[in-house]
Amino acid sequence: MSTYLLIKIIIIVSVFLISLVVAMYSTYAERKVAAFMQDRLGPNRAGPFGILQPMADGVKMFMKEEIIPNVSNKFLFILGPSLAMMTACMTSAVIPWGKGLTIGGNFYPIQATDVNIGILYIFGVVSIGVYGIMIGGWASNNKYSLLGALRASSQMISYEIAMGLSIIALIMMTGTLSVREIAEQQAGGHWNVFYQPFGFLIFIICAFAETNRAPFDLPECETELVGGYHTEYSSMKLGFYLFAEYINMFISSAVISTLYFGGYNMPFIGRFVTDPNWLSMIGTMFLFGKIFFFIFLFMWIRWTLPRFRYDQLMNLGWKILLPLAIANIFVTGMVMWWMGKLS
Amino acid sequence: MQSLTNRSKQVVKQELTFAEKIYLPAILNGMKITLRHFFKKKATISYPEVKRDFAPVYRGQHVLKRDENGAERCTACGLCALSCPAEAITMVAAERNKGEEKLYREEKYASTYEINMLRCIFCGLCEEACPKEAIFLTDRIVATSLNRSEMIYGKDKLVEGVNERIDISDRQTSEVIEFKRIRIFSITNCNCWN
Repeated sequence: MSTYLLIKIIIIVSVFLISLVVAMYSTYAERKVAAFMQDRLGPNRAGPFGILQPMADGVKMFMKEEIIPNVSNKFLFILGPSLAMMTACMTSAVIPWGKGLTIGGNFYPIQATDVNIGILYIFGVVSIGVYGIMIGGWASNNKYSLLGALRASSQMISYEIAMGLSIIALIMMTGTLSVREIAEQQAGGHWNVFYQPFGFLIFIICAFAETNRAPFDLPECETELVGGYHTEYSSMKLGFYLFAEYINMFISSAVISTLYFGGYNMPFIGRFVTDPNWLSMIGTMFLFGKIFFFIFLFMWIRWTLPRFRYDQLMNLGWKILLPLAIANIFVTGMVMWWMGKLS
Repeated sequence: MQSLTNRSKQVVKQELTFAEKIYLPAILNGMKITLRHFFKKKATISYPEVKRDFAPVYRGQHVLKRDENGAERCTACGLCALSCPAEAITMVAAERNKGEEKLYREEKYASTYEINMLRCIFCGLCEEACPKEAIFLTDRIVATSLNRSEMIYGKDKLVEGVNERIDISDRQTSEVIEFKRIRIFSITNCNCWN
């Protein structure tokens, strides 16, 4: 039992650390990708190729003066970024990072916990993330912050619906809510994206909106709202908001690759490697490769597309994605009925 | 109306086609463009390690030339100060004593010669006015200072060292020499200065 606990703790801590480090280096990668796409070099002074830039940024964030506005609600003002950070870190608990390791005859899955309602858990935690932004924006007692927070929350709520509906079609196919089982079902190259390309498209668009990334980054639209919901924030509290966004990006990339791109399953690798521990490690590596690709995709899109107007955003969410998601559920149901898969 | 450039396009207001309405082809196109730029050669020059070449006509810090024997060419005629639109140049003339023939080329020389680098606009008119080929602008950058008085460059900073000649061949091309020769000739002959 104690080894079980120890291994769980090791997995939890390493997942936590890895998501922090990946988020940290996402900020660096974002700046590099942005620079490269604009024919620049990007940060290259701190350390070789600028790889110490995230540390320098972190130190800067900590050293900055901490300003809490007089008119703000202090408790909520501090609660906002903490909540954003906490929810961002919580989602990683149900994501299966690898098949599992066999140590001393016991099998330990590389996952913090395999909840049988994993997808519902992810959705629940993600929707708590709205509170972080909403509370922070409201507690600042600033009209720009409030407008930004309102935009953020209405955007996230509207896109959550389309996202949930696009997932329902997937759940109808897989018949399970456990993320690990969904990943297991895709073994051997049967990736869900081939069976649900439409659902995937809706899901990834909604994921962009959920993480408040361009082209849906209206909550922090500088031209209209100064800084959006974090206008009044400074120092590491601002850092937490920005950092939470990058963790969210990492987690959504992980969710996308697990739900639609086969998770830790690597097709054809079974022919070359037979040792299950090695297989599982390679699978984890493969999963991270996919995650990094999707993080790059997030950045790629951000530095390609301009921002939506707010009414366009709402139109897209309610009038296009929502009906499409429902139609996708319907078509999926029809196909399953036709193939006789409904019991 | 006749177009001036032949580049104007007739604007057609049409309903968007289905492919345009769903945006995705356009988005993919845009992503293709940004990806192409991702692998392109970067325009950045990493400054302290790599320095850009100056243009041959770059006008930077002035130099007071010496002749081939190491004597100062300047005779303190004051034409440079007169031509200077920013009034940055001042000088005091002095007479050459016996035994100073090695130091000064002609009987008159500038005992002090100062250029206020804060006033100078680096137009190069002093260089153009100089009849003795004594002052030239070079490709050296004038260093900044926190102190106004340090920005007034005296002879110690302006006159080139005897053994450390400043190359001005980019400025003193044969065309420039020819141009100056003809102009001096025409000024001395036209009588327009009375």
